[in-house]
Amino acid sequence: MSSASLTADLDAVLADANVRLAAAVDLDAVSALDAEFLGKKSAVTAAKKQLGQLDPADRKEVGQAINAARTTLEAEVAAARDRLAAGARQAQYEAERLDLSERLNEVRRGSLHLNTQARDRLEDVFVCMGFTVAEGPEVETAWYNFEALNIPEWHPARGSFDTIFVNLGEPEEVMLRSHTSPVQIRTMENTEPPIYIVAPGRTFRTDTADATHLPAFNQIEGLVIDRGITLGDLHGTIEAFVHAFFGGDVKTRLRPSYFPFTEPSAEFDISRDDGSWLELGGCGMVHPNVLHNCGIDPEQWQGFAFGFGIDRLAVMRYELDDIRELVNNDVRFLRQF
Amino acid sequence: MKVTLSWLREFAPDIDGDPVELCETLSALGLAVEEMDVVGEIVDGVVLAKVLDLRPHPDADKIQLVDVDQGDGQPLQVCCGAFNMSVGDLVPFATIGTVMPNGMEIAQRELRGQTSNGMCCSGAEIGLTSDEDGILILNDRVVDGAELGQQLASAIGVEPDILWDLEVNANRPDAMSVAGVARDLAAVLGVEFRFPDYEITTADESVDGLLDIVVDDPTLCGRFVATVLRNVTVGESPVWMQERLIQLGMRPINSIVDISNYVMLELGQPNHTFDLGTVPNGKLTVRRAKDGETLVTLDEVERSLKSNDGVICAESGEIVSLAGVMGGASTEISDSTTDVLVEMAWWDPPSISRTVKRLNLPSEASTRFRRGADYGENIVRAMHRFIQLVAESGVTAVAGLVDVPGKTPDRSPVTVRVAKINGLLGTSLSAAEMVAHIEPIGFECGNVSDETIEVVIPTWRWDTTTETDIAEEVGRMFGYENIERTVPKGEDAGGLSQYQKDRRLVREVLTGVGCDETLPMPFLAPGDLAKAGLPEDGVSLTNPLHAEESILRTSLLPGQLKAIAYNQSHRNPDVRFFEIDHVFLPSGEGDPLPDEREYLAVALAGEEAPAAVAILDLLDRALALPNLQLKTDRVAGLHPTRAAEVVVAGRPRGYVGEVDPAVLEAYGVDGRVAWLELDLGALLDGPHGNRKYRPVSKFPSSDIDLAFVLTDDVAASQVEASLRKGGGDLLVGLELFDVYRGQGVDEGSRSLAYRLRFQAKDRTLTDDEVGQARQSCIDQVAKKTGASLRA
Repeated sequence: MSSASLTADLDAVLADANVRLAAAVDLDAVSALDAEFLGKKSAVTAAKKQLGQLDPADRKEVGQAINAARTTLEAEVAAARDRLAAGARQAQYEAERLDLSERLNEVRRGSLHLNTQARDRLEDVFVCMGFTVAEGPEVETAWYNFEALNIPEWHPARGSFDTIFVNLGEPEEVMLRSHTSPVQIRTMENTEPPIYIVAPGRTFRTDTADATHLPAFNQIEGLVIDRGITLGDLHGTIEAFVHAFFGGDVKTRLRPSYFPFTEPSAEFDISRDDGSWLELGGCGMVHPNVLHNCGIDPEQWQGFAFGFGIDRLAVMRYELDDIRELVNNDVRFLRQF
Repeated sequence: MKVTLSWLREFAPDIDGDPVELCETLSALGLAVEEMDVVGEIVDGVVLAKVLDLRPHPDADKIQLVDVDQGDGQPLQVCCGAFNMSVGDLVPFATIGTVMPNGMEIAQRELRGQTSNGMCCSGAEIGLTSDEDGILILNDRVVDGAELGQQLASAIGVEPDILWDLEVNANRPDAMSVAGVARDLAAVLGVEFRFPDYEITTADESVDGLLDIVVDDPTLCGRFVATVLRNVTVGESPVWMQERLIQLGMRPINSIVDISNYVMLELGQPNHTFDLGTVPNGKLTVRRAKDGETLVTLDEVERSLKSNDGVICAESGEIVSLAGVMGGASTEISDSTTDVLVEMAWWDPPSISRTVKRLNLPSEASTRFRRGADYGENIVRAMHRFIQLVAESGVTAVAGLVDVPGKTPDRSPVTVRVAKINGLLGTSLSAAEMVAHIEPIGFECGNVSDETIEVVIPTWRWDTTTETDIAEEVGRMFGYENIERTVPKGEDAGGLSQYQKDRRLVREVLTGVGCDETLPMPFLAPGDLAKAGLPEDGVSLTNPLHAEESILRTSLLPGQLKAIAYNQSHRNPDVRFFEIDHVFLPSGEGDPLPDEREYLAVALAGEEAPAAVAILDLLDRALALPNLQLKTDRVAGLHPTRAAEVVVAGRPRGYVGEVDPAVLEAYGVDGRVAWLELDLGALLDGPHGNRKYRPVSKFPSSDIDLAFVLTDDVAASQVEASLRKGGGDLLVGLELFDVYRGQGVDEGSRSLAYRLRFQAKDRTLTDDEVGQARQSCIDQVAKKTGASLRA
């Protein structure tokens, strides 16, 4: 064996490999060529074994040629593999093509009821203002619904609540609460001031259901009892709430009014876009008799209360034309929100 | 309460300004304007005309031909549908081109071949009165010197007026009168308010000896003032008075009734008239009724009375009037009445309120008494006004008044603290400023110091008694809008309770699996509970609006089934619903209220019981419930072989399964309904949410599959409990992956295949250890359930 013939053989192998790798159509063929050109029985391996038989003067040069050939072959095999792997991946992609706009077995999220959404938003605003949320029963005694609130049995205001009574105890002793104010009484009976609460919940009136009335509807009331609370604090709190809930450019105003449980009393209005006023709810300074009824000393503590309808907010926000949708539970309505 | 600007000006002539701004002023006083109208405005083109001739229309029965003189002396023919005119009558006449208040333009028209050159008008057509029947006859109405053809407004002396409909609060009896509204408005505008002097002339005859008034119950009747009118003839009241009554929403009746109403509206003092001829010896006694006494009231209804009711009775003891509420029929004024007894009294508000409420007899008069009429000099003033007005129709009053006192509220001065009032309002007013605010509305202030003021509350503010009440008056007159707005800051941070947070989490979990939140009303119809297979122990309502809304629910099931049936009937069969709301269980012993609880219900229409269990498991993971177990059970309303009690930490918390097909049929629901109902309140108040950290093992795990054959009476949960016990700490994963019935498994049995994962915290398990754990599991299942490994 001469160094010249060895080199010539290597050149032939390289040429052969180059042609056949380029012609390989799948990875298996490349693996076979890999074994043939680089395996134990390959020409390059054989050439290496023959190196010792060469003239020592030639060994270095031929050895370098063998290594160069091996490096070239390895690179060509790797290139062939890459080429075919990319093709196979591309074929897989093509085979697995999907139309993602075909929606079978759609997963839908349920909707929270509009009342819940409105209530949650209100609670969140008041929580940020330092209030906690109080709750209480929907069936109440005359004490919590009326008497403790400074509405004695003969008071004309009792009639104006259009109360729904329950057949328990003495006649007109147990009723569906006509406002959430009983929660204020229960809180004041059970909590030492200072008190900062809002009380959302369902209330009842003998209103026949129509497009604008329901016999069961939802209110939220606020109560603050602390030292030195003023009517100015009441208006400031309502203003802060209105700005947070309705937006910073909505104005508020208080108008003198009358409720047996507050003195002074007021209605509060918010401004509409057209500059007119919308009556939102009632409010006032907690009447000393109410504080007294709950065991709170009116000389030490003062406070205010306010309340308004929750359903109405939902009606206003979505411009509902029929409030009965809120209790019909029609999925065509529920799923819009 | 309605008021007109012209009437207010009779008490405060200088009230002036833009009507819209006056609206704002009234609202800021607490007299919210519900509606504002311009009244008494007569459109241009309507003139005074005279009827010259009346003749039938040749081709129509329902119209006649009228010749009118509209000022030029020439007869002008019009066709007219009214027949109440006579030749010579003065009438309003709309000339051609006039645009009427309703927008119609008057034009020359042909009516069945006859020309009509204008329109004779009714009171309603020109907006002057509410009378729509017939043409308004103006013979007695025209001002001196009026001429035919003159614009009607000037011919009859009518000027446009502003009408406000005010919302008057229950604590403002004074504002239930024109004079009272004028007093408030004048005070805040800073203009003079005064009552006119009602000059009266009376007969020589004195009232002494004519009447014998006895007040037996001075609490009921704080004051009783009376007099006698002679030569009474009942006729029509003057048109100006009728107009005002109509404007304020009252119907003119006759001269006496109209004056009675006029005085009440003007001065706020209700009053009552008796035919003196039906009151023997002029004797009237005020007392409380005895239970069971009766009275036929003016409306010809016999009323059965109770001991609280205030009554006025005659000498015989017979009741002739329900004090302050309604008169009796037997003493009512009639066409033959010549002598009239006029009563003006002050009645105890709570007494009147109770009677009005019990008999359901609200009226303009009783509304004023219930709120507390004026018990001061206004009673005599009103009597004088009454006498003055009747005098205009030739009636004479006898001289003097009978004035019997009873008990009226204490008018001792109330000492108010300047600092307390400022502290309530958030103002820094001086004592003098406070005085300046409340004296113009009748609060007399004395002994004014920097710290205190002694205030005498006026007699027309019955509801006003305390320092706080007076603070409200100061605030009202100062103006709520002028008080600086401040925001108090409590010491504690706000927040939702854990319960409220968890309830929101439950809602999020449920909406996340496609459940829509529903909120039916809490009312049921009788029979709804029985139809749902539940006990009929719901509390009933005393005064429900409908029978279908007369029972309070004890379960959320009926409401959900109704909601599903409703949606199915609207082509939405497969709904997933949930609800969190109150139920009302029967009261506990000695508890006046029902046992009210907050429940959660999940209803999955078109799905089977396992779907509901899957949701329960989601909630279990979300809330980290301690030891959730299902106890197979018969549950009212649920499918007898597809229901289980939900037990958490050993306590029953609700039910899961499927609604009984019989119940579904009763509610008209198609298909199946998977059902979950939990006592959410008890669940969230109980222990939950305790999650403990367990280090994740760094050593390999081994998986083993085991299939057991067990009879249908053995619950999978029993097998799982046994596997957990057998596997001990090494069992870190357990999953049921197959349930098989059929060939190779006996009838009445099934095969449950579980995948178990074993892993130790501190080492790699050897094959022996895994084998032992596997065997321990198999043994435990065999021991507890009798189930064998599937061959």
